Amino acid sequence: MTTQTLERPARAAATGQRDGFAGTGALLRLALRRDRIIAPVWILLFVFMAATSSSASQDLYATVESRVRAANAVNDTPAMVALYGRVFDPTSLGAVSLIKMGVMFAALVALVAIFTVVRHTRAEEEAGRAELLGATVVGRYAQLTAALLLSVGISLVLALLTALSLIGTGLPASGAVAFGLAWAGGGIAFAAVGALAAQVTESARTARGIAAAVLAVAYLLRAAGDAAGEHDPIWLSWLSPIGWVQQVRPFAGDRWWVLIYLLFFAALMAVGAYLLVARRDHGAGLLAQRPGRARATATLSSPLGLAVRLQRGGLLGWGVGMALGGLVIGSIASQVGEFLDSDNARDMIMKLGGERGLVDAFLSAEMGIVGLLASAYGISTAMRLRAEETAFRAEPVLATRISRWSWAASHVIVALAGTTLLMLTVGVFGGFAHGAAGGDMSQFGRVLGAALVQLPAAWVLTGVTVLVFGLAPGLIMAGWGALVVFLLLGQLGPIFELPQWAMDVSPFTHTPKLPGAEFSMVPMVWLTLVAAALVAAGLAGFRRRDLG
Amino acid sequence: MTTAISVSGLVKTFGQTRALDGLDLTVRTGEVHGFLGPNGAGKSTTIRVLLGLLRADAGEIRLLGGDPWADATSLHRRLAYVPGDVSLWPNLSGGEVIDLLGRLRGGLDEERRADLLERFDLDPTKKGRTYSKGNRQKVALVAALASNVELLVLDEPTSGLDPLMEAVFQDCIREERERGRTVLLSSHILAEVESLCERVSIIRLGRTVETGTLAELRHLTRTSISAELAATPNGLTNHPGVHDLKVDGTHVRFDVDTKELDAVLRRLTEVGVRSLTSQPPTLEELFLRHYEADLAKENGRHAAVAK
Repeated sequence: MTTQTLERPARAAATGQRDGFAGTGALLRLALRRDRIIAPVWILLFVFMAATSSSASQDLYATVESRVRAANAVNDTPAMVALYGRVFDPTSLGAVSLIKMGVMFAALVALVAIFTVVRHTRAEEEAGRAELLGATVVGRYAQLTAALLLSVGISLVLALLTALSLIGTGLPASGAVAFGLAWAGGGIAFAAVGALAAQVTESARTARGIAAAVLAVAYLLRAAGDAAGEHDPIWLSWLSPIGWVQQVRPFAGDRWWVLIYLLFFAALMAVGAYLLVARRDHGAGLLAQRPGRARATATLSSPLGLAVRLQRGGLLGWGVGMALGGLVIGSIASQVGEFLDSDNARDMIMKLGGERGLVDAFLSAEMGIVGLLASAYGISTAMRLRAEETAFRAEPVLATRISRWSWAASHVIVALAGTTLLMLTVGVFGGFAHGAAGGDMSQFGRVLGAALVQLPAAWVLTGVTVLVFGLAPGLIMAGWGALVVFLLLGQLGPIFELPQWAMDVSPFTHTPKLPGAEFSMVPMVWLTLVAAALVAAGLAGFRRRDLG
Repeated sequence: MTTAISVSGLVKTFGQTRALDGLDLTVRTGEVHGFLGPNGAGKSTTIRVLLGLLRADAGEIRLLGGDPWADATSLHRRLAYVPGDVSLWPNLSGGEVIDLLGRLRGGLDEERRADLLERFDLDPTKKGRTYSKGNRQKVALVAALASNVELLVLDEPTSGLDPLMEAVFQDCIREERERGRTVLLSSHILAEVESLCERVSIIRLGRTVETGTLAELRHLTRTSISAELAATPNGLTNHPGVHDLKVDGTHVRFDVDTKELDAVLRRLTEVGVRSLTSQPPTLEELFLRHYEADLAKENGRHAAVAK
């Protein structure tokens, strides 16, 4: 009897509310309404990538011998195994053709899941919007539950569409479903990690950072475990949720039971999040906010000082990523030539844009991808202008003697210089790694050159973003749109044999394919001029328009 | 120079919406000018035009002798602005924001900065995301008040401040006035405007409906009278300027237009006055009268203009 009387208040104290889930349905509908464009876009992007990757390699790996050769090329190169994972069945068309899609894209699905959950939990709380809702008939668990349901739902839709599209390209149904569910498993597991991280800190930015760091550790554990094993990954991989995604082994045994690991892990993380949400105050986190400086340092006395201060954290994170990327690219590059000796593989690499030597072609292709990433950094950094404007943080600055021109230019400078710094980082680290791996330090300059040659095209993307900001700020997402268009032109143009003028629209078409191809100054100068003109037009437009 | 701000016939449209519809505003140098109007009347839009953040579609605008759009940066050296809803950078501390805005304005008075921090009881080490609304407002106020400028443009600066801090704010504004600075104070807190401002402008639906000193405006409004008479009054019902008359035996209550006050009091003393209380018109009444008056008619006209 005593237990019964004690239990009820105890439970009430734990939740603080009788019906902690009230309003979940309404919040879920709100979340769906907010994500009605972005969610379908990224789902379709992933489905599209899987489908094209599968259909493109149907001809490439038509025979069992060609598959085994390609699989061995991956499995015998520790760096490739670390990056993409192992091909568990060298004879399976699905396993071979989707090797680059497996864990690598599962990690991207996980990243999107983290962003989705944090966006609908901690970010809402930080912005104060959750408070508005929390005061209505909304239970304490409703926001968290709605965000988790949304992520799980999106993951399952992604799994279903991916499976259907893979079946459509002719792969076996069972493997296709296993592949889709493995992606979804990664998404669900890290949605729960995001949910837990969102309870820990007061800032959505830090929450995303913590969850992404967990993801990075999981990826590294798997990479180390996979690369260390001779034929099978060692136990390290089994500590990582990303390792479990891989261990589902789609098209190579379809081990459904591994999915239970992922679900169990997700449940554990989610329970942690629910326990925390019931015990913490609204708006508070577990990690207390550290006090800041009482006085500003001398550097914080100009718009540029402010822009650097606001963007330096992001740039540092990108820089670390670029340094690691450079090390991986540099150390893999020298091994590429030794393993890809089949005609088909050689053919494929040559198609990626090189003219002389497999290593050079590989380096050139990889640096092209890094160049796209650096453009993405430039776009997101330049978009900060619009974010500052709509958050009313530009207004107090522009009400001082700072001109619009110098305020806008400050963020543009960070975007352009940051992009430059990132390519420099990847070039230096890649150059050292490549030089050290091959024992030939004369390669340093060639790799660095291959990185730096990407810059003018990347600057053009920053320019497009600034142009849109100045002339049509409501369409600021067009910066990303341009990147996607240029990316698709580069990826699909050769496959669909698009006319040259269409290919020429993309600035990346004009980038010299260093190292290997001949360097030409003319396109570099042109691209730089185009970028400068776009920035100038954007800034001029911004000076003429209303703020807000 | 005697005029800090002069605006006439200011028009600003956003698509189909006519936010400002021929607004006039004159702020004399050295005065604290109250800028009143209901939500959505166009106060913030006017201020943003004055700051050169928005471009006027029509009208004559002079701010400190310059054109707020063309001469924005040079004029901004001489003014400080406090927005109604202060948004701070989440990872910058309040102290850093005060220093930053002060430096961007061209320097701030160190002594005054320290003094204001103490008077407003503001912790400068807290990060932007952890401040409450009132504390964010204090950050912007300290940054503005600690800078050496001629003109303060304050857009509902005390929203979110507690009564104690409201009092501190009023003291600060009086000090500013003594220093000869000009203040444009947009506000909803009528007691604040009544105690601080020499002159006020009331706007509605993007137009100025009243402007002048408080004494001048009181002339235009009504005094409330409550009196106990010797006998039942007569002739009050149809007397010009008498409104809302309530007669309860020998007790009367009514409002009277200030210009008819003399005649009405004479009529009362004819009957015989036993006791009488009168209440001078408050700004609140003035305000409410303008907010409510002919609202339906104005709405109709506004809708027609919008079409």
